[in-house]
Amino acid sequence: MANTYVKIASVTVGAGGAASMDFTSIPGTYDDLLIKISARNTGNFGATNSGARFSFNGSNANMTFRQLYGTGSAAASNSGTGGPFGCINDGGTTASTFGSFDLYIPNYAGSTNKSVSGDSVEENNATAAFASLVAGLWSQTAAITSITIGINQGSYAQHSSATLYGIKKS
Amino acid sequence: MTTKIIVDCSTGVVEEVELTEEELAQREADRIAFEAAEAARLAEEAEKAAKKAELLAKLGITEDDAKLLLS
Repeated sequence: MANTYVKIASVTVGAGGAASMDFTSIPGTYDDLLIKISARNTGNFGATNSGARFSFNGSNANMTFRQLYGTGSAAASNSGTGGPFGCINDGGTTASTFGSFDLYIPNYAGSTNKSVSGDSVEENNATAAFASLVAGLWSQTAAITSITIGINQGSYAQHSSATLYGIKKS
Repeated sequence: MTTKIIVDCSTGVVEEVELTEEELAQREADRIAFEAAEAARLAEEAEKAAKKAELLAKLGITEDDAKLLLS
């Protein structure tokens, strides 16, 4: 990883699970943000229903996305508002495995609408394992100072984690 | 009890708190909206597939035949 990446904070879910992992009071001193997530849902809702949802400054209003995804046997695309975008491991996947999810947010502290890109993949010892690429747009001009990593249904399982990095141009 | 984990990036303090009634309601509304959108998308895909199969049957050709015609 480039030496311009600075770890801002990280969180790991405890035994009781959690509906979301929230980063608050994010400093505006970086150029971009990157969140690296390792996660699993406590429930078995199917991969498309187990995705991560993101809210900025407490809101996912005016959030739109376009997604390309593979299921392990087919490829498709969809679009929508709010989310979820990207996948995490569903509770029905191989035990003790976790999905990997990167969310990149350039120019998060600027005064224009915020674009985001997501790259996620499930881990599963079976034919069905989702992989997803997402382009998103949060049509709000406020600087992002807090990020909520929610979940479409269920809760994040114990040992799920998220780490927030700040990235400077140099 | 449904909780969320909050990390204050300025202090590093981590706390686990219960979701408010408002947050629970928003979560449920988001889930329902997603289910409706997903159901609409799947219905549209199924309708397209059915129309395609109907047309191929009417023409008396297979999907591979149709691809060859269009190539």
